[in-house]
Amino acid sequence: MFLKTFRKGIHLPGHKGLTSSLPIEILPSPQQVVLPLSQHIGAPAEPLVSVGDQVLLGQKIAEAQGMVSAPLHASVAGKIIAIEPRPHVCGKMVTAIVIENNRTDEWAPEIFPRHLDPERAESDEVREIMKEAGLVGMGGAAFPTHVKYNLSPDQPIDYVILNGAECEPFLTCDHRLMVEKPDRIVFGLRVMLRAAGASKGYIVIEENKPDAIAALNRAVQGYPIEVVPVKAKYPQGEERMIIYAATRRVVPVGALPAAVGVIVNNVATAFALAEFIQSGRPLISRIITVTGNGINQPKNLEVRIGTLLEDVLNYCGGFKGNPGRIILGGPLTGSAQYRLDLPIMKGTSGILVQTEAETPKTAPSVCIRCGKCVDACPFNLLPNFLGLYCEHDQIDKAEAYGVLDCRECGSCAYVCPARRPLTQMFKNTKNKIIAAKRKTS
Amino acid sequence: MSDSKILVSAPPHIQSELGTKNIMWMVAAALTPAAVASLLFFSWRALVIIGISVFSALLTEALCELMMKRPLTVSDGSAFVTGLLLALTLPPTVPWWIPALGSAFAIAVGKQVFGGLGHNLFNPALIGRAFLVLSWPLLMTTWQWPTSSLSWAGTQMDAVSGATALGLLKEGFFSNNSLSLPYLQMFYGNISGSLGETSGLALLLGAVFLLVYKIIDWRIPLAYLGTVLVLTTLWGQDPLFHLLAGGLILGAFFMATDYVTTPVTSGGRVIFGIGCGLLTALIRRFGGYPEGVCYSILIMNAITPLLDRLTVPKRFGEVKKDG
Repeated sequence: MFLKTFRKGIHLPGHKGLTSSLPIEILPSPQQVVLPLSQHIGAPAEPLVSVGDQVLLGQKIAEAQGMVSAPLHASVAGKIIAIEPRPHVCGKMVTAIVIENNRTDEWAPEIFPRHLDPERAESDEVREIMKEAGLVGMGGAAFPTHVKYNLSPDQPIDYVILNGAECEPFLTCDHRLMVEKPDRIVFGLRVMLRAAGASKGYIVIEENKPDAIAALNRAVQGYPIEVVPVKAKYPQGEERMIIYAATRRVVPVGALPAAVGVIVNNVATAFALAEFIQSGRPLISRIITVTGNGINQPKNLEVRIGTLLEDVLNYCGGFKGNPGRIILGGPLTGSAQYRLDLPIMKGTSGILVQTEAETPKTAPSVCIRCGKCVDACPFNLLPNFLGLYCEHDQIDKAEAYGVLDCRECGSCAYVCPARRPLTQMFKNTKNKIIAAKRKTS
Repeated sequence: MSDSKILVSAPPHIQSELGTKNIMWMVAAALTPAAVASLLFFSWRALVIIGISVFSALLTEALCELMMKRPLTVSDGSAFVTGLLLALTLPPTVPWWIPALGSAFAIAVGKQVFGGLGHNLFNPALIGRAFLVLSWPLLMTTWQWPTSSLSWAGTQMDAVSGATALGLLKEGFFSNNSLSLPYLQMFYGNISGSLGETSGLALLLGAVFLLVYKIIDWRIPLAYLGTVLVLTTLWGQDPLFHLLAGGLILGAFFMATDYVTTPVTSGGRVIFGIGCGLLTALIRRFGGYPEGVCYSILIMNAITPLLDRLTVPKRFGEVKKDG
């Protein structure tokens, strides 16, 4: 059988066996949650509460600001004990609302199921629901979902694709969600199809998750939705690659998927949308995978947004030996962190703890022009040349060779035998180019 | 927590196990069957030549780097491979100083003056060989048929001397069918020629290893060999003979696939292979030398940067700019 896929890319050891068969456990709500006002791409939310206020579970505590933003909801019931800068995943201090849990889990009165018929809903209504639910892309990018559906009428949408590829090694949170909650995911997709005015939905899953494929195939019966098994290859879950695999459409560089009539959402985002409509729960918790050889009990967990890493890690039996590296997200695109007082945010898909042995400190060496990066780059760039240009600050040449088209999937740096930090160099150069463009415009 | 060190670094946080060093030593391993074959056909003399060549390459690399106050890279395997490759292109009759001088030149002039690994324009081993052929043409073209009784003490005349298969072809021996070689003998390598080029079997064993582990790309060897086969067939020559004679297999799989001196793009690699094949066939047919692998690859090395520039692939989603 020929499985759909994209061109190039890399084959990675999956390491998913650590957690792929473990049912989702619910992490007991923590004593305190820290909710940064900026958990999404765009403007930070504006607090609606003050220190000392009592809040109920699911109550909106910060409002979206401007065009691209998302509101924030209390993930525990209790008392606001601080609104102050707290450590953030980005490395800086970011204002966060801190709630002391009163352990009542008393729901706010505005939490009630919306009786919405997915096939009859109006686009505006759904967008408002997405916004009120505080939805952001839960695959990692955390782009506010309702903004994605803010479509111009001259760009009709044909397909909505749910991303269930989960191509990052180690992570299994989407996998477990698809196995355990297929009906809710399909419900969410039906609503999304209606919001986009799309005629067909795809749920794209890598073939290494046959149980998820089977579960969703049962759940899509009777709906204009197709489950698409694809090759297990990295970066299959990258937005443009998943669009190509499912529809053979190529998103032009610099354009959004809507330009080719497609919207992509993560399966967890569709699930969160269904949760809000069917139970009234806004985005106050999410599924994460806690995994790696440096953790005693790897798990798939449902955690309240704002739970600190140390609370999650303690629940998983703590570190096995000395941790070498602690990564939020997957090993290819996740961010390494050194403090444990960081909160789980809406876009956090997992915590990966590597052992010291798994974090060798290799020094980069000279490019030997092996071309492995060229064979790996799914965007057909020449990372070896880009790397040299970036290294020597030849920014105009780097731009001419398409550094701005790099999506930082990490494939080139993964395969590089000289251990050159290609992805990092591209990221830095992209930032320089974008900063220079801002200055001139 | 207090005494443990947590690494903070940019993604990706995992890397493939294949490092530069592994690759170089895998290439060296892939050349081992050919080295063993040379020992079988040309006795311990082959081992001495290989040993001197490799030692000279490593020593020159270390001396150059000490002189330039650069970090020592002797253990990365690349100088080892250069020394080994050069030895395999030498006739078994050469005096001991030939491999010593050839490897020193290959490393010093072919590689270190350009800035060391990754920066050289030409294949260092072939630079060494070209230097030796130009400087001592007679020594570099004195051949012998495989024998097991050969000593350094005895003069080279003691050896059973004999032209290479391509030499015989050049001199017109085969046109009147006065002499021909069975393919199987050529494939095993029991014929006159350079140490490591005679045994197609041993070389292909190594080549398959490199292809299976994706150390080398199939495009260059396939385009190279294919072009030679097509051209010699068109010219009414025996393509299989051309494939097995001379250094074509050694060159196509181990020299024309050198990372540093060949294109990185797929298109560039195909053109590179075709160019090598075209030049090799032309030199063999019309040139003054019986063999053309070395110069073909060196010439194509020279236009590698151009090939890379001309074959930049279209980016995913790239839109043609108007005008």
